[in-house]
Amino acid sequence: MIKLEPRGERSRAMAYLSPVLAALLTMLTGLILFTLLGVDPVEALITILYVPISDTHGLAELCVKTAPILLCAIGLSVAFKAKIWNIGAEGQLLMGGLFGSYIALQFIEVEAFWVLPAVLIAGVVGGIVWSGIAAVLKVRFNTNEILTTIMMNYIALNILLWAVHGPLKDPDGYNFPESALFGDSALLPILVEDTRVHFGMALALLAVVAVWVLMSRSFYGFQIKVMGMDAGAARLSGFKEKRLTYFALLLSGGLAGLAGVGEVTGPIGQLIPQISPGYGYAAIIVAFLGRLHPVGILLASLLMALLYMGGEMAQISLGLPLALTGLFQGMLLFYLLACDVLISFRIRLKSKKLKPSPPLPPLASETQG
Amino acid sequence: MKQNPSPPRLTLRGISKQYPGCLANDDIHLDIAPAEIHALLGENGAGKSTLMKVIYGLVKPDYGELLWDGLPIEVKDPAHARKLGIGMVFQHFSLFETLTVTENIALALGDDAGELGPLAEKIRSVSEKYGMAINPDREIHTLSVGERQRVEIVRCLVQNIKLLILDEPTSVLTPQEVDTLFVTLRQLAHEGCSILFISHKLNEVKALCHKATVLRAGKVSGECIPAEEDTTSMAKLMVGDDTPISTTYPKKLGSTPLLKISDLNLTSDDPFGVHLKQINLTVNAGEIVGIAGVAGNGQEELLASLSGEQRCQNDTIHFADTPVGKLSPDQRRQWGLAFVPEERLGRGAVPEMSLTENALLTGFLSGLVSKGMVAWHKAEAFADEIIAQYKVKTPGRHAQADSLSGGNLQKFIIGREIMQNPRILIAAHPTWGVDIGAATAIHKALIKLRDQGAAILVVSEDIDELFLISDRIGAICDGALSPIKPTPESSIQELGRMMAGDFNSPTCEQGATP
Repeated sequence: MIKLEPRGERSRAMAYLSPVLAALLTMLTGLILFTLLGVDPVEALITILYVPISDTHGLAELCVKTAPILLCAIGLSVAFKAKIWNIGAEGQLLMGGLFGSYIALQFIEVEAFWVLPAVLIAGVVGGIVWSGIAAVLKVRFNTNEILTTIMMNYIALNILLWAVHGPLKDPDGYNFPESALFGDSALLPILVEDTRVHFGMALALLAVVAVWVLMSRSFYGFQIKVMGMDAGAARLSGFKEKRLTYFALLLSGGLAGLAGVGEVTGPIGQLIPQISPGYGYAAIIVAFLGRLHPVGILLASLLMALLYMGGEMAQISLGLPLALTGLFQGMLLFYLLACDVLISFRIRLKSKKLKPSPPLPPLASETQG
Repeated sequence: MKQNPSPPRLTLRGISKQYPGCLANDDIHLDIAPAEIHALLGENGAGKSTLMKVIYGLVKPDYGELLWDGLPIEVKDPAHARKLGIGMVFQHFSLFETLTVTENIALALGDDAGELGPLAEKIRSVSEKYGMAINPDREIHTLSVGERQRVEIVRCLVQNIKLLILDEPTSVLTPQEVDTLFVTLRQLAHEGCSILFISHKLNEVKALCHKATVLRAGKVSGECIPAEEDTTSMAKLMVGDDTPISTTYPKKLGSTPLLKISDLNLTSDDPFGVHLKQINLTVNAGEIVGIAGVAGNGQEELLASLSGEQRCQNDTIHFADTPVGKLSPDQRRQWGLAFVPEERLGRGAVPEMSLTENALLTGFLSGLVSKGMVAWHKAEAFADEIIAQYKVKTPGRHAQADSLSGGNLQKFIIGREIMQNPRILIAAHPTWGVDIGAATAIHKALIKLRDQGAAILVVSEDIDELFLISDRIGAICDGALSPIKPTPESSIQELGRMMAGDFNSPTCEQGATP
């Protein structure tokens, strides 16, 4: 019989091993799945995990997909460290895209250096506003941020749809639900020539470094961690709970907003209804897969981006449904949560190992009595 | 014990239980005869709790067997234990505050409870028979802690009980209530019920128990007849030979007030919390003031208003001449307050953080942070210094706080607070659950800080500790504070009356039943 036995102490090795194990199990399940679907499993895995990045163009596209996921996930990691469960990166990303687009569309004809920064700031503000609503609700009325942030996602999506179908629709766009193309001065510069790798990737990497410094070097980050691990200790030490809550939520919202505006001013170049294939949700998985650590999150973002590309590739060359991407994401999180049990527990194969109790010594009281 | 042909009520043979990293019980043998009050003595962590959980069916032993009335049995779960006639009163009660006594007992009994009406009648008659009357229709939140314990005991008695296990039952009682409890227990034993009395208080064991089994580090370190031993020899069995058992400290009185509480009234937000009523207290530089009290009489509320977690009117609390009622915990720390909370894991230290990080937790005001950045090398040095000076047993500053034993973690926390050179130190239950060696070290550290001129307030449920280290002493009951007297002028009896809320009666008037 298999038995879970408490380790007594959290295993550090297992904490790092668990994501790797989860990835392997996901792949294994993938193999079985492909076999059942009648697809050559090895070819399918190669198609999903290798073909997309087998050339420089692929690698460049990987960066393009990584940037928004990374920005969202690194921001979420700060909130999650504080045990604030911001599930609303998707909505914050959409609002960032919408706010940024609005500013960009006001200055289509303007050619000036300040247009792009203004657009980016507007995007960040959009994300902050959206997460700020959840923050106010949480701090003022003690509402559960999981529920509010999820619901805000749907509201954000519908506002975005209304905007592209209404006020921000391109008047010369034959009634397609799209905005006009942004002016050049509102577009993110390309980092590597002949690819779509844009300045957003640099911003994402910058954010990773900044969050790393914040969480491991600054006292503010320390307070956030303490609040998440032990709110009682934080209160007793005089850490400002409300202020830290605002900070963590607004920071994650702002970075998600930046991710959104990075999409519309980067690879897309205009506002469209589908600016995100669920990057904000994928970022939740990425944050946990990366153990809320900047380096881990960077690696996990690359993997997640690869899954997005692999899903598309499998659709194109193997005729598999695009739902594959979501399936793999889900499996990854599922296995990760399962494997995380092994951080605090070890598996014991139990084979009636009980030895018979040692022979009874004569009992003092019996002989006396 | 007389010649007794009948088998012992309960026999344990070679009970061993291994937890990861700790052998909680190692080959334990124990016999309890019918009608015997048997003490299980031992320090915190000696394995008493594990052993009683084995008897009550909460924990399965790895080796060994139980004999009940001479027959080998395996206690499957607490329900099975209750069927056998084993009742247990835990240290922390499991009662629903908003339900009545009858409803609580009915819930605990499950299917055996029957109709509520007859049950209430039974509760009334049983409780009166044993001299601990309770009204079955009262709701739990209206009862005092002592009365709640009676409910727990009566819950066991309404069944056909043959063995009653009590886990540290006196820790929540005033000295007078302890006397009443002992009368009940003696009567029970007289009627043939066996009692397993778990305690670390030697004088109580000596007063009550027929036999004692002493545990140390999971093993039986000795058996004795308490009436024939003196407390020192039993203490040696408990802690071993190499630990100093008791010392006395010279008493001192200060004259410069450093901490002053004037007319503090506070309404608790918690529906089951305690309101503070008109609290007045002065702690002078260079003295230790001890406040006794049964848990849940306003200690938490008082401590929270001193630490700053709970703000109050600005002029109700003064540090020296500075009103601080509205200041936040960190602002008060800035002034020179240090605070040792009751929960060492969960407020005093973050369980999953390293000792270095936990040193930073309250040490951030003493130069460990510059320009918003943590100076980790300084925090590490600070942690090393605490570990060295207070002899904290740990693999190093990287160890997680929850990997330390209670005593070592408490030494670390006390050390962390004292090394910041506080002008006022407030300590809640500073040696709760700590072994004697660590407790002595902590007491010495407090006395040393006092001699350096700090004002120290200790809130504790351990009366012996308060008499040992306090220069002045008082008690809190139902949110009101008794007058504070110099310790040599007070007595355990008087303090006991104060803990029960009787602040005014003159001295010695033997209030307790013999």
